[in-house]
Amino acid sequence: MNVPGPMTALRARVREALGKAPVRRNFRAAMDGIRAKRADALPDATDFAQRRARTAAIRARALARLPELLERLEQRLEANGIRVHWAEDAAQANAIVLDLLRQAGARSVIKGKSMVSEEIGLNDVLGEAGIAVVESDLGEYIVQLAGEPPSHIVAPAIHKNRHEVATLFQAHHPQREATEDIEGLTAEARQVLRARFAQADAGISGVNFLVAETGTLVLVENEGNGRLSTSAPPLHIAITGIEKVIERLDELPPLLDLLTRSATGQPITTYVNFISGPRRADELDGPREVHLVLLDNGRARIHADPLFADTLRCIRCGACINHCPVYVQVGGHAYGSVYPGPIGALLEPQRLGLEAGGSLTSACTLCGACGDVCPVAIPLPGLINQLRAEGVEPRTDSPLPDAGRLRHRGEALLWRLWAAIYAHPRRYRWLARLLTALRRLAPRRLGAWTRWREAPRPAARDLHRLAREAGFSDE
Amino acid sequence: MTKETREVYVFGTCLIDLLRPEAGMAALRLLERAGFHPIFPQAQSCCGQPAFNSGYRREARAVARAQLTAFTRELPVVVPSASCAGMIRNHWPALFAGEPEETQARALAARTFELCEFLDRAGLVLQDRGESVRVALHHSCSARRETRTTASAERLLTQLSGVECLAPAHAEECCGFGGTFAIKQDALSAAMADSKCDALLATGAERLISQDAGCLLHLQGRLARRGDALPVQHIAEFLWERIA
Amino acid sequence: MNEARNHILKRLRTVQREAPDTNALPAIAGADAETLITRFRTALEAVRGEVHRLRDGDWMGWLARELPARGVSNLLAGTGKIGHTLQTHPIPGVTLHRYDRPVEDWKDALFEHIDAGITGCRGAIAATGSLILWPGPEEPRLLSLVPPLHIVLLDAANLHADLATAIRAQGWTQGLPTNALLITGPSKTADIEQTLTWGIHGPRELVVLVLG
Repeated sequence: MNVPGPMTALRARVREALGKAPVRRNFRAAMDGIRAKRADALPDATDFAQRRARTAAIRARALARLPELLERLEQRLEANGIRVHWAEDAAQANAIVLDLLRQAGARSVIKGKSMVSEEIGLNDVLGEAGIAVVESDLGEYIVQLAGEPPSHIVAPAIHKNRHEVATLFQAHHPQREATEDIEGLTAEARQVLRARFAQADAGISGVNFLVAETGTLVLVENEGNGRLSTSAPPLHIAITGIEKVIERLDELPPLLDLLTRSATGQPITTYVNFISGPRRADELDGPREVHLVLLDNGRARIHADPLFADTLRCIRCGACINHCPVYVQVGGHAYGSVYPGPIGALLEPQRLGLEAGGSLTSACTLCGACGDVCPVAIPLPGLINQLRAEGVEPRTDSPLPDAGRLRHRGEALLWRLWAAIYAHPRRYRWLARLLTALRRLAPRRLGAWTRWREAPRPAARDLHRLAREAGFSDE
Repeated sequence: MTKETREVYVFGTCLIDLLRPEAGMAALRLLERAGFHPIFPQAQSCCGQPAFNSGYRREARAVARAQLTAFTRELPVVVPSASCAGMIRNHWPALFAGEPEETQARALAARTFELCEFLDRAGLVLQDRGESVRVALHHSCSARRETRTTASAERLLTQLSGVECLAPAHAEECCGFGGTFAIKQDALSAAMADSKCDALLATGAERLISQDAGCLLHLQGRLARRGDALPVQHIAEFLWERIA
Repeated sequence: MNEARNHILKRLRTVQREAPDTNALPAIAGADAETLITRFRTALEAVRGEVHRLRDGDWMGWLARELPARGVSNLLAGTGKIGHTLQTHPIPGVTLHRYDRPVEDWKDALFEHIDAGITGCRGAIAATGSLILWPGPEEPRLLSLVPPLHIVLLDAANLHADLATAIRAQGWTQGLPTNALLITGPSKTADIEQTLTWGIHGPRELVVLVLG
């Protein structure tokens, strides 16, 4: 059977996305808006450069001391009464969460936003186990109703307009009066989800930062669903990657500041939620149990790779996505990955392996827009390009899964031929003479190039010849 | 200043060499006008970027190495392309890391300049002799982010009294060329070109100019396929045409 | 699962990397109390927070005027001083509820019948217009979250220039409560067409009474 490879599948998804004009308009409008907001929130390039030098250093320092910080974090969390669980991969993480829910006899779960839960496919696992899961972030709720994955890591339903949301709501909330008004749709979601919050047996959330010094989970959000998910049900399970830890509380303010300005152009989100323990005996609300699941899922391998360890600095603001000229054309679903855009092109091939994820590096022009806006100065374009090299000409000791497996004989041969000509002046001169002499025979069709564009025609005389004839000296 | 110190190398780039040599010639003429003595080594070919951006670093290095032997004297290397200048300046040092030529590559990187940057720094005075014209300036991502020389191009153009320079909407966004990206993700590349073409046409400009032949090749090809009549020119050609 | 823990830590220990120094944060230049209040007000009003400056004892009078006018008939307070004061000075037309029992005993009523919640706060941050709340036995977490209107009493003397300053001044590293919060405006979302809408899950309105 002929199963399309990841590259073919990616191109097919891209073509499909390019054919959806209304969705593309949604992305264009959304990205224009969010870029303008970030620009307003970080107007001065020099100031931004100084600030991100500090945030990059904070993240790099934490990563350099990651095992030590994780142990200290664990110690402090346990002392605070938060139980810590470690998961090497998605299956272990899902098993831990399922186990905790079963022990608590939980039948219904309300979820705050968590990309890591998308990464491990948690909702499907819980659903199959008969546990009802409701996403409570408005965007996540919308895509859950639609049966779709998020199309953006910060704004999951950014690909939908109000009419599509209204249609979804009418189908799922038939008892409610139909509306296409955004205020009305928001109010409807509030009403529907309030009941879920009040009834849920457990809340599951992600985490933005873990503070080792104080044993604290920090969550950033605007809606209040994160606070509700982590304080209304009797059980709270937080799940996040091992890279999210920072050492000290005083390192948090600069990170928070650049996170929200980069993500949505806000100086701060409506809520910053610091969780340092379950409900104490004298408290009247809050979860009686708080658990943290620390997920590796390839992160320790990335951490050990000197070339790519900087990937883990990421604080998931989505600025690279928002500024990506490819993402704005096709949106998140075209990537077919959990993390789309530049961070996806960098992270997914490392996480999934180059065979499954390496094609994502082709959806990039190396334009550099992402690297410019990254609040922790991850050199995204350089690393994405480095990943391309790992696919075809890897380092001898490359720890990347499937390193070198993207090398195809035909393509490699073409580049060797190219080098054999371009690295030898005489052969190159011969090629130039040939092409200019035969310019009238230049083909009108040049494969993928002329599928969309007219073919260029070689000049009558190349620059080498023109310069020489005009008397410009050779050395 | 002695004649010796006014000598400069010109690295014409492979695209300009074969597809747009007028831009290279204009660059040579502009450097002469600025009081330099340009040297065009016949042994040059390509900076290695096409292979470098496709993951084929060995091949990129082999081609880049050949350039090292073509530009041996301690002279500035002027490149009429931000993309190729950026490749040499920003990526050769890493490409040659641990190689015998590392020192040489670093030295060459340090004396490489994008054409507009070089002319602007040299204080070239431009006397506009052309008729009034509205042009759209497409900043390549390389000029914006690799060499950071968009301001140089703008300063040169503002010297031209008859030229109105227009910026398209979403000027900071990539046109979708991206070297082999244009082939590997051809539909995406064309969609990006369409956005760029629409924005450029909406300026009402009579001509499209840019510091990079790569973007122009791609946009010109797409404009032609769409049937849009917007002549394109490399900025060197345009500047030279205005003052010659 | 100790096995997973050991595997992960072992993998992380295969590399030794130099940790860059994270230079200390530059101190924010001191500002006088009035400047801080102005900054706080500007920042909070920018995100639709309502700020009123009152003399110390005037907040009861403000509530007595404003609550009926805003249609609040069920007001929720904690068991601390604020709740006590409200209990001893009833507001005509407003029923006072005290958050004095575990949430499990009255969750539905809390979610469905309360119009407004009132709390104090540990201070505020001028730069971002943020309130610092440390919920606890006297003022539980949901008191500031579930009711559609949240009223906060802020002592003007407890304003800090920025978060870093507040963390130092309030000694957060000496021990945080089970839950600490920064609240900057009412609950909001822009998840549909990037259009800002208020009160999606938390309070639709946030009113800060700056006292003193």
